[in-house]
Amino acid sequence: MRLELAGIRLPLQPFTLEVEATLQAAASGICGPSGAGKTSLLELIAGLRRPAAGRVALDGEVLTDIRNDTARGTFLPARHRRIGYVPQDGALFPHLSVRGNLLYGRRDGDVPAAVVEVLGLGALLDRGIRQLSGGERRRVALGRALAAGPRLLLLDEPLSGLDGALRERVLGHLRMVRDELGVPMLYVSHDLTEVAALCSELLVIERGRVVAFGPAADLLVPQPGFALRRAP
Amino acid sequence: MNADEWQILGFTLRTAALALLLILPPGVALGWLLARRSWPGKTLIETLAALPLVLPPVATGFVLLRLFGRRGPLGAPLHERLGLDVVFTWRGVVVAMAVMSLPLLVRASRVAFEGVETRLEDVARTLGAGELRVLATITLPLAARGLLGGALLALAHALGEFGATIIVAGNIPGRTTTLALAIFQRIQLGEDGAALRLMAAAVVVAFAAVWLGEVLLRRGGPAA
Repeated sequence: MRLELAGIRLPLQPFTLEVEATLQAAASGICGPSGAGKTSLLELIAGLRRPAAGRVALDGEVLTDIRNDTARGTFLPARHRRIGYVPQDGALFPHLSVRGNLLYGRRDGDVPAAVVEVLGLGALLDRGIRQLSGGERRRVALGRALAAGPRLLLLDEPLSGLDGALRERVLGHLRMVRDELGVPMLYVSHDLTEVAALCSELLVIERGRVVAFGPAADLLVPQPGFALRRAP
Repeated sequence: MNADEWQILGFTLRTAALALLLILPPGVALGWLLARRSWPGKTLIETLAALPLVLPPVATGFVLLRLFGRRGPLGAPLHERLGLDVVFTWRGVVVAMAVMSLPLLVRASRVAFEGVETRLEDVARTLGAGELRVLATITLPLAARGLLGGALLALAHALGEFGATIIVAGNIPGRTTTLALAIFQRIQLGEDGAALRLMAAAVVVAFAAVWLGEVLLRRGGPAA
């Protein structure tokens, strides 16, 4: 996977998100405090937001290319990008069953067996969304994005609001997605322990600016938990 | 109830239903545009669509009379090209009911669409859905109860419409007399028994429509 983010400029309140980075790891983390612009960056990559300027390319294919505040340029709509997006609370379709959610992005056929197996969804398929626990909802949301066959997965705080044991279980499922299904992922979180457990590359954003970018091993200091290594 | 009264009830139900059918597509579309899109003149259109709610109904009726009269800007072409008369016919009743009920439908539709999380629509787009599919499979189903509730409130309002109807369609027995007009007429003539019977019919129909509308609206927005 090679995701180029070049000259990205997206005006937000009260700052402008500006990003310049090329992400290449199987799992890359995007970290930063709340309101730093992490979710906006994911939405921009997914094609749900149009930047004022900038270029987004995935494995050589240009998805967005807008120069200097002109309305013209390339902007591939979200539906053609084949990028899976899992928002913070999963955003499951409440009027559809688990199976209905999982099949939404499929052109034909059934839910892929590998997705059902890796995420342990077999027993949930015929349930309604309201009958699911928090952890089950995250797994179904993940499964729905994976079932559509994405070439990149965007995960926005997939463990937020889950307690310790449940976090570990969902984290285990995410590792299996990375290793067994081989779908590259961008993982947004403000929790460095989660990022350290999953990602080998790290992009740190504060108030819309990239303040650190590189291998996670270089940027994270193992303590009880993890901390960011600050430039001297 | 006698045969005349049954005819009045049937005529009122038919014209109100027709008025609802007439405003359903534009009312729901306008509600969606107000909830989901920014466009020039949006506030002006929103205000215009709400005007019949606050204007005296007879004033709205008078505007419609001018518009749909044989020499009016809408009535003249309808009469000359299609041979259709609106004023003092059942069509006038339908037009008056439709215009007076439209604001309720637009408002309820806007609220119903605003209650659907845009994030769900966004996720559907990332799963490959185009705008029409998003509308048909996510937005409309999740707004459906609110839309249905709004439609029932609009229908109930149409059933009881009086002021605009009497100006545009008059009160011609057997041709344009609705429940509301008939009750008014019976009271004027001192026929209290007949007025009470018609009122009871109006109460039953309106109660059923409003009650169903309220129940649906209360369960309303999309479930979490």
